[in-house]
Amino acid sequence: MRHTLAVLVQNQPGVLARVAGLFSRRGFNIESISVGTTEMPGVSRMTLVAQADEDELEQLTKQLHKLIDVLKISDITQDESVDRELALIKINAEPGNRTEVLQVVDIFRGKIVDVGDRSLIAEVTGATDKVEAMIQLLRPYGIKELVRTGKVAMVRGSKSIA
Amino acid sequence: MRMTGAQALIASLEKENVEVIFGYPGGAILSVYDALYDSRIRHVLTRHEQGAAHAADGYARASGRPGVCMATSGPGATNLVTGLATAHMDSIPIVAITGQVARDSIGRDAFQEADVTGITMPITKHNYLVKQAEDIPRIVKEAFHIATTGRPGPVLIDLPKDVAAATIEFSYPDTVDLPGYKPTLYGHPKQIEEAARALAQAERPVLYVGGGVIAAGASAEVQALAEKAHIPTTTTLMALGAFPAHHPLFLGMPGMHGTVEANLALHECDLLIAVGVRFDDRVTGDVRKFSPHSTKIHIDIDPAEIGKNVKVDIPIVGDARLVLRALLDKVEPALHPAWMEQIAQWRAEHPLGYYSDGDSLMPQFVVEKVYEVTEGKAILTTDVGQHQMWAAQYYRCERPRQFISSGGLGTMGFGFPAAIGAQIANPDQPVFCISGDGSFQMNIQELATAVENDLPVKVCVLNNAFLGMVRQWQQLFYRTRYSASRMSTPDFAKVAEAYGATGLRVQKAADVVPALRTALATPGPVVIDFQVSPEANVWPMIPAGASVDQIMGLDQMPGPGEARAAGGRHSQAGVPAEAGAKAKRTAGGE
Repeated sequence: MRHTLAVLVQNQPGVLARVAGLFSRRGFNIESISVGTTEMPGVSRMTLVAQADEDELEQLTKQLHKLIDVLKISDITQDESVDRELALIKINAEPGNRTEVLQVVDIFRGKIVDVGDRSLIAEVTGATDKVEAMIQLLRPYGIKELVRTGKVAMVRGSKSIA
Repeated sequence: MRMTGAQALIASLEKENVEVIFGYPGGAILSVYDALYDSRIRHVLTRHEQGAAHAADGYARASGRPGVCMATSGPGATNLVTGLATAHMDSIPIVAITGQVARDSIGRDAFQEADVTGITMPITKHNYLVKQAEDIPRIVKEAFHIATTGRPGPVLIDLPKDVAAATIEFSYPDTVDLPGYKPTLYGHPKQIEEAARALAQAERPVLYVGGGVIAAGASAEVQALAEKAHIPTTTTLMALGAFPAHHPLFLGMPGMHGTVEANLALHECDLLIAVGVRFDDRVTGDVRKFSPHSTKIHIDIDPAEIGKNVKVDIPIVGDARLVLRALLDKVEPALHPAWMEQIAQWRAEHPLGYYSDGDSLMPQFVVEKVYEVTEGKAILTTDVGQHQMWAAQYYRCERPRQFISSGGLGTMGFGFPAAIGAQIANPDQPVFCISGDGSFQMNIQELATAVENDLPVKVCVLNNAFLGMVRQWQQLFYRTRYSASRMSTPDFAKVAEAYGATGLRVQKAADVVPALRTALATPGPVVIDFQVSPEANVWPMIPAGASVDQIMGLDQMPGPGEARAAGGRHSQAGVPAEAGAKAKRTAGGE
């Protein structure tokens, strides 16, 4: 099963290497990891997406807790949460198909953030499924370049994980 | 007070009451060594950084205090790596200090540069690259705190040369502020009650005790629980001495080369109380078949150990001593006479013992005599291999921190430098290192350290001119194809003499005790080269990944009523191996 973990860490040099190294040496699969600062000075938040069964997840969580720089781990897989990912997609856009590309981007409420002679860059944000669906629809036009942030997530309502 | 980063480091170590540093100087750590010149802290110069790490480890295991080792950048630091991994696997508190190239050289492949925090990340409990000199006191304080609390382990501090040279105002913090590090000490009361209820219902309980009990100082509590609820007790290699070997409830060591009664008791028990253990594969064999009928209680300070290898029914996270004390209050006195009778029967059928191999000097016999001559009181360190298992089987330890061995990593070359560390921690106690001809040669250069510091460490090399355990596996599992396991050995006695130590050589059983007595009476380090039977095997043996029903070598151990060469608790004290033994070759020998 795919799990989403929100991990608060002390913003120390090497903390990403500690977390990523732990995953690889304990044989856990990491699908995506995204890191950024938070409302608390010196504290960063990682959103980790990992494939694991229940036993593996328990072991993974406990091993993460042993890292001195890890402050808190929340498994928000089951929570009602806002999940977002951002993708930038550079698409072949010849005069002949440019309108169709624009329509696809529009349907997904994406934005065109760069226009060139023969290409466009589309920006889309949304849950992973939505980003994935838009990429699939754009693929026939020719994707020249693709970059994704990996998922960030936040539980709905007034509760916070910190 | 204003001082350099290097002086601040040494001042911080003094604040932590460090009495000795094992180390080896070099370019990037010169300013620390310069500061050490003015300190009351003793420095022991080893002849290889690996020796420094193992000596700090042996010091820690023998004393319960954190060991400190130090090396320069690059090769100095990478030479510490095996020692750090050894300590990490066995949860031993060490603080390692390494020099690093100056900050503006980091990442430029400078001379003697290595990414030491990167390299040691998976084999330390935590590590630091010091970015500014002001952080030194805080980092040292944190390092000792992390190394010695919770589940202990090694912590490394990597100190760039220019940071050591910078000037700061020194003040040492009283407390640490580590919001991400809060070990759980007290077990959950509901879980402890549940454990007590399970114990009250048990008819065939077993205590399975590991190195965590020694780390927690919980030996007395284990014994009290075993006696109050009448629980037979097995101690892993890491916990030998945590329960007195002569106690009627003692089962011996479990696992691959454990006693038959310990392994059968683990297999047949209806309640397993695991304390400070990690269900290592050398104990469990095939985990799916391990202790199949038991309810399992697991007490450990590291939550990640619970459920890691074996599913447990009643987990209790906490300090072993505190949890056992709480459990003792809830446990009713009990007796399990039928269970003890069953165990006594297993023990009587298959006691530890060995046949002698013609006229050869038997390695087990040597260990028995070391035990007799030292009256069972020596601190014993071992290297890794057959001799390690014979030491575990035939030297019957009575107190915690008496038996010192690399359990998890299985590091050849550990025993002798660990003995140096143990001797420095306990100058007035006899320290014996049981080693093999392979292992001893991996850190033989530390003879210079032992001689220079006038340490009366006695090294007993069980020399079979083989990598004995490798040879045993090749004999049993690779059709006696002795690929790269036969080795020529130097004249160990002469090597010892060349270093300025005393060297002895023993080839006959009759000379074992006199040589050991000579060694004990000789000041300074002594190496005894015991030229033992080349193809003796360690029995019994449960092959890797197998279970107790596949136990091997029972026909290689004399049965009840049979004239026995010797044998653990039923040994015929004082009868030399040759006297009562029927000569019998070990199976499959050349």
